[in-house]
Amino acid sequence: MSVAQLLSASDAISPQITFISQCLNGLTFGALIALIALGYTMVYGIIGLINFAHGDLFMLGSFLAWTLVGWLGLEKASGVKTVAGIALLLVVVPAFCAGLNWSVERLVYKPLRNAPKLAPLVSAIGVSFVFMNVGEFWGGESDNHFPSIVSQENLLGKTSQLFFSAEGLLLIGVVVPVMLGLTMLVKHTQLGRAMRAVSQNQLAAQLMGIDVDRVIGATFLIGGALAGVAGVIYGQYIHSVNFQMGYQNGLYAFTAAVLGGIGSIPGAVLGGLVIGMVSALGRGYLSEHWANAVIFGILILILVFRPAGLLGERVREKV
Amino acid sequence: MTADTENAAATIASKPNPAGRLPGRLFGYQLDLGALAVLAILPLMVADVTAGRINDLLIFAILALGLNVVVGYTGLLHLGIGAFFGIGAYITGIVTVTSYPLQFDFVTAMVFSTLGAAACGLMLGAPTLRLRGDYLALVTLGFGEVVNTSLRNLEEITNGTRSLGPVPPASLPRAIAAAIGADQLEPLTQAMASARDYYLTLVILVGIVLFLRNLEHSKLGRAWVALREDELAAKCMAIDTPRAKLAAFAISAAIAGLAGCLYATRLRTTASPDTYGFSLSITVLCCVILGGLGSIRGTLLGVFLLKGYELLLAPWLDQAAQGAKVRAVNWLTDSFPTHPGLISKAEWLLTFTNWKLMIFGLALIVTVRFRPEGLLPSRRVQQEIEEFSPKPRSPQRSNV
Repeated sequence: MSVAQLLSASDAISPQITFISQCLNGLTFGALIALIALGYTMVYGIIGLINFAHGDLFMLGSFLAWTLVGWLGLEKASGVKTVAGIALLLVVVPAFCAGLNWSVERLVYKPLRNAPKLAPLVSAIGVSFVFMNVGEFWGGESDNHFPSIVSQENLLGKTSQLFFSAEGLLLIGVVVPVMLGLTMLVKHTQLGRAMRAVSQNQLAAQLMGIDVDRVIGATFLIGGALAGVAGVIYGQYIHSVNFQMGYQNGLYAFTAAVLGGIGSIPGAVLGGLVIGMVSALGRGYLSEHWANAVIFGILILILVFRPAGLLGERVREKV
Repeated sequence: MTADTENAAATIASKPNPAGRLPGRLFGYQLDLGALAVLAILPLMVADVTAGRINDLLIFAILALGLNVVVGYTGLLHLGIGAFFGIGAYITGIVTVTSYPLQFDFVTAMVFSTLGAAACGLMLGAPTLRLRGDYLALVTLGFGEVVNTSLRNLEEITNGTRSLGPVPPASLPRAIAAAIGADQLEPLTQAMASARDYYLTLVILVGIVLFLRNLEHSKLGRAWVALREDELAAKCMAIDTPRAKLAAFAISAAIAGLAGCLYATRLRTTASPDTYGFSLSITVLCCVILGGLGSIRGTLLGVFLLKGYELLLAPWLDQAAQGAKVRAVNWLTDSFPTHPGLISKAEWLLTFTNWKLMIFGLALIVTVRFRPEGLLPSRRVQQEIEEFSPKPRSPQRSNV
């Protein structure tokens, strides 16, 4: 069956169609998880901290987007106003998250640079609790509906059995350029080189004249901004925000980061896509309830056979 | 404790304390005995509900001590201790409730829970222990999620979110009870039964503390510390590192399973599967790190502070502030009758338990900021931090 036939087929839903649409769901959701996972992996790569607060930062970003959409009345807007609104959201929310992440780094993690390894981890859990409480106050304890800004019509035509709306397009259209941009930044700019140097050896990087604190700050800024972008897109794609969403999606993202090989940027993207696919196929073919068990079960299996993640470097123990 | 280990302990104790630290002797055994005495008479002086909560506190203390074996002694990050707690509770449920054929007594259930959880610990540990630090942490986290999802969805076995019950109260094995004539006694009153549960927990807690104190100085305990400091060096000293790690995993899981058995017995039900999720594991981990990794006193202090706040202090404060809250809400209703949204937000703000996470989080951040090694660090950890730890980022910016 060719793709064209698939797209226009109008008889009863065939298994192939179900499979393809599950994959499509998985890829879009996976891209979203990858975006959050990048924040985890960048911070981990630089200072070796599992930043448990990252998921909740993403949640706060989503809440800000939700509030802004309400204030600006973007739900009913159309045409130019919608485009301007989305652009505004994609500037304000990432800026907010980046600023917040940077301030937290300055206030909380920076004084702990020489502390025992688990100390900043506990601080991060503390920050996560604080963020969750703020979110609980902000949005209440129940789910909040995130209105749709772009049209939910099927872009593939009304008769097609595959569903792909402008929301999915927006997701791909934002996530892919952001990831490409990030890769360029890390590979080809001065800052990216400095980041890689700091992640390899802080002391040596400092001796080479790199301002380590500035580089770490910049990493938190970028990671926070990515969480903000993910927050906006998530609200627009899932249409429901609540104060606990940071925890669940943060867990997925953290898993994605480790699965791909924590500290590796392509690894985080790959990990996110794997998690998205497993979760979508698990939901589609097994049961909604068992999705988590499948995700984490596969994760354990992969780690048993590839102990440093899919794309992680094997670190030889030094003598 | 053998004479040998006592000597070793005395040698450590006689070393001068580094300046600026609380003297270790201040927290000598007198304080331990004092704390024990307080715990022994406390339930007699408070209401039944509060006594039950203190009982929970002690059960969480046992759980935290179990986690401390892996995280504190061996230095491996473990994010799934709640799963073993849950396994213990559910095994107790399955072997005791009336809807299953076994209906064992409490002591047998305790043995089954402990061994069952330990077996799960071995099963998880055996294939994954060659993973490096954070990957191992993720495996434990994933295991926790898998167990949690299974408890929720294996409805035929675990009864899903409705949980298993009623779990019978603690009792002696039937044969022994019959032999000493205990089965002829009249059933206990409610207050007596909860007192029995409480003292049972306290005795087991004390037993575990003594067990771990001896374990710390045993061959295995010293192997764990060596492993934590430098795995490669430990291997070179002919320590069987995989076996030591596996033992830590199993002992930790066993203690957690035992705590789970006590929890289910005290609640008379296995409680909903969500009780044993990631948030429990994280809270217990925070208690251990906050109190002081590898230190039994520190772990206990961490549990009493964090869980004590959650279970005892916050509800009490809420009750105490009830009057002020009602007055404030009334005043707001009079002053701004046209803003119902504002009033409901204000009411939310004035309820103390709503700020639990915030206060919890800030307490963690502030404590870690000023005592990164924990409130009562083990002496060894403290020494390492002060004497041996290299300062990788020593150059000051002004010197550059």
